[in-house]
Amino acid sequence: MTPELGQLALILALLLALAQSILPIVGAWRGNQAMMAVARPAAFAQGFFVVLAFVLLVVAFLRFDFSVQYVAENSNLALPWYYRIAAVWGAHEGSMLLWIFILNVWTLALALFSRNLPEAFVARVLGVLGLIAVGFLAFILFTSDPFGRLLPMPADGGDLNPVLQDPGMTFHPPVIYMGYVGFSVAFAFSIAALLGGELEQAWVRWARPWTNVAWAFLTCGIVAGSWWAYAELGWGGWWFWDPVENASFMPWLVGTALIHAQAVTEKRGSLRAWTILLSIFAFSLSLLGTFLVRSGVLTSVHSFASDPRRGLFILCFLVIVVGGSLLLYALRAPKVAGGKPFAVVSRESAILIGNLMFTVAAAMVLLGTLFPLIGDALNLGKISVGPPYFGLLFPLLMLPIVLLLPFGPYLRWGKGEAPVLKRVMARAGLAAVACAIIAAFLVDGQLKAIAGVAAAIWVAVGVLLYVVKRWREMPRGRRYPAEMAGMLFAHAGMAVFLIGVLLSESLSVTRDVRMAPSDVQHIGGYDFRFDGVTETQGPNWRADQGTVTVTRGDKMIAVMHPQKRIYTREQVQTESAIDPGITRDLYVALGEPMDAQNIEGAWAVRLYHKPFIRWLWAGGLLMMLGGFIAAGDRRFRIRRGSRTEDNIVPPPTMPVEAGA
Amino acid sequence: MSRLVPFFGFLLLVALLGFGIWWNSDHDPSAIPSPLLDKPAPAFNLPSLYEPTTTVSKQDLLGKPYLLNVFASWCIECGVEHPVLQAEAPTLGVVLVGYNYKDAPTDAKAWLAQHGNPYQVLIADVSGTTAIDFGVYGAPESFLIDGKGVIRYKHIGPLTSDVVASELKPAIAALQRETP
Repeated sequence: MTPELGQLALILALLLALAQSILPIVGAWRGNQAMMAVARPAAFAQGFFVVLAFVLLVVAFLRFDFSVQYVAENSNLALPWYYRIAAVWGAHEGSMLLWIFILNVWTLALALFSRNLPEAFVARVLGVLGLIAVGFLAFILFTSDPFGRLLPMPADGGDLNPVLQDPGMTFHPPVIYMGYVGFSVAFAFSIAALLGGELEQAWVRWARPWTNVAWAFLTCGIVAGSWWAYAELGWGGWWFWDPVENASFMPWLVGTALIHAQAVTEKRGSLRAWTILLSIFAFSLSLLGTFLVRSGVLTSVHSFASDPRRGLFILCFLVIVVGGSLLLYALRAPKVAGGKPFAVVSRESAILIGNLMFTVAAAMVLLGTLFPLIGDALNLGKISVGPPYFGLLFPLLMLPIVLLLPFGPYLRWGKGEAPVLKRVMARAGLAAVACAIIAAFLVDGQLKAIAGVAAAIWVAVGVLLYVVKRWREMPRGRRYPAEMAGMLFAHAGMAVFLIGVLLSESLSVTRDVRMAPSDVQHIGGYDFRFDGVTETQGPNWRADQGTVTVTRGDKMIAVMHPQKRIYTREQVQTESAIDPGITRDLYVALGEPMDAQNIEGAWAVRLYHKPFIRWLWAGGLLMMLGGFIAAGDRRFRIRRGSRTEDNIVPPPTMPVEAGA
Repeated sequence: MSRLVPFFGFLLLVALLGFGIWWNSDHDPSAIPSPLLDKPAPAFNLPSLYEPTTTVSKQDLLGKPYLLNVFASWCIECGVEHPVLQAEAPTLGVVLVGYNYKDAPTDAKAWLAQHGNPYQVLIADVSGTTAIDFGVYGAPESFLIDGKGVIRYKHIGPLTSDVVASELKPAIAALQRETP
């Protein structure tokens, strides 16, 4: 009975979403208060039914309701309760339900925290979000029903993909969807602005905290995903340029450009059209990501479920949403162009250069991701591009950003001053060169590592100098407003990230070796002693568990237990053992026994020494923190009507082409 | 007009994605087509595993269809495939040729002694150079070669009983129909 209730809840949610999208938009167009007033109640009601459907699926998993096909396929009696909850989004149907659930979380938050915004604007924003909900609810109901019954009901279910049975995986998808789907809010704001022909850019200020929060979630989700790949896939890698990863990375790149462009538009009125275009791009790439992952058009190391019918549906939806909004942009964007002019040396220029780099990088990733498809289309045969393509182009595109980053805060809006910049350049440059020289001795001339140290110091010193400057020049309490603190955190995160990436990439040592019990391998100053393999047991798996004792000199460092797990349905999963540290990770993964009959003998073992790898996730987390802090700025909470000094821009008397 | 550029760019993308859906509806996206399919198998002349002084060449095997199975003692998946080969070899109706790939002959012989030997002919490619001509990029791989020396079917990865029943046996049956 409960599954049918879930289905009914989804149908009701679809009808309410239709009401939420059509009535308020028409109402805002016609100036009809009654129709506009439907937006909020419809959003609340839709939210209620979607949450209900989601909770019912969770309950079905918790109660082992194997009469529901989706539950039977993705869980079994031995699966612990926390992984049964994670199994809700462990496959396609539930992922889509999670998508719509999170869209409703955002919509509800917006409906609650938008009391200060003009009625017509809120009506349009909620209407656009409703339209997106209609698409996804219809998608779920017509192609991906999570509540389908299975007759006869099996005594036990299948299993959650063991790759997903990891603490990181329980929260990675919700967090990444919070980011993905969160860009729908920035998108809805832009579409509402286009529809309403907003003359002022006040709406950008309203959109900024939402965009920052979505971006921060996406950052966190990507960090979690990268961490999960590192810990769980057993290859010690943290990024694979895989289509599924790229799908989350493209919106992040464009989103990063967007949060900066929004700052320009809000404060100076420039780049309006560009900001709108970027918010359309960011959300479109989120939708495209969903399409790529779910349609089976591209194969990936972790493409989970695919079905051409679903692909066709999402493609049609893409055409309507993205095509429609780009057409709307083409028709209406000139009306909202304008802004103050700016000089070549100015904060606007720096941000614009950064913006172009991020956008081109996103286009580069998109091209690389779609390359196999282009190869098929042009009949070039089976081709794909991999890490060499991305690994070459991406750093090249990021280089100007890293070089510009220290100057950003020093540059004035409109027109920057050269002497200040020269001073910053001299100090940060000197520090970077000095550290690079020291590093050159320490790392034995590894070019990549030296470049990493130099780049990180360059950025870090730039950020620190600005922190000191504000401390000296501003009175207490006005030194670091949240928006600025967020920016500083995120930029410092970049420095930390650079250290992590470049040092771990260049200095890591990997060794694939055959080890018999009591064999010792010496890597990076550590001695790894293999103490053999024994059998062990978990709630829904049994495993061969190795013991590796790591010592350094006479000092005991760690006892590590890499496992080779066999889950209930005979799926094999490698559980690597990691000894984390600030300056290095030690990483051990179990390969295969040399003789399958004798697991107590020698094994193929992979040993890694990865210096500073933890820094790259720490850097990502700092960026995330920056996003959340900036979103909390008081300026964004100021009531409508009261304006702070820095955002008064006279309405443009004539349209000026800006940005795009 | 320039404002329409993103829209047209998007239309291109849609065309590409639409093509992708259409293309994948009758192509297996993960299949890597072998350029050697329906082409003559590359010439080879390799020592026999058990009698290294005698060699077996492509010419020696002409006349009757055979299944060339690339395997190695170090290859985990080959261990998965082996019981299937053991069980199916007598019912295939073609000669089963074992192609020992980049393996130490002693290891290979020990492995066969332990797991059983389903092969009628066994050749050893210790250096793996001939395998390059076959486009082998991992073991196990299997090539069905007809009496004229033409590759008629190729399978990458272990032959499971499903693959044998649904792909290999029909391919052999097709061969036998055309050469009565």
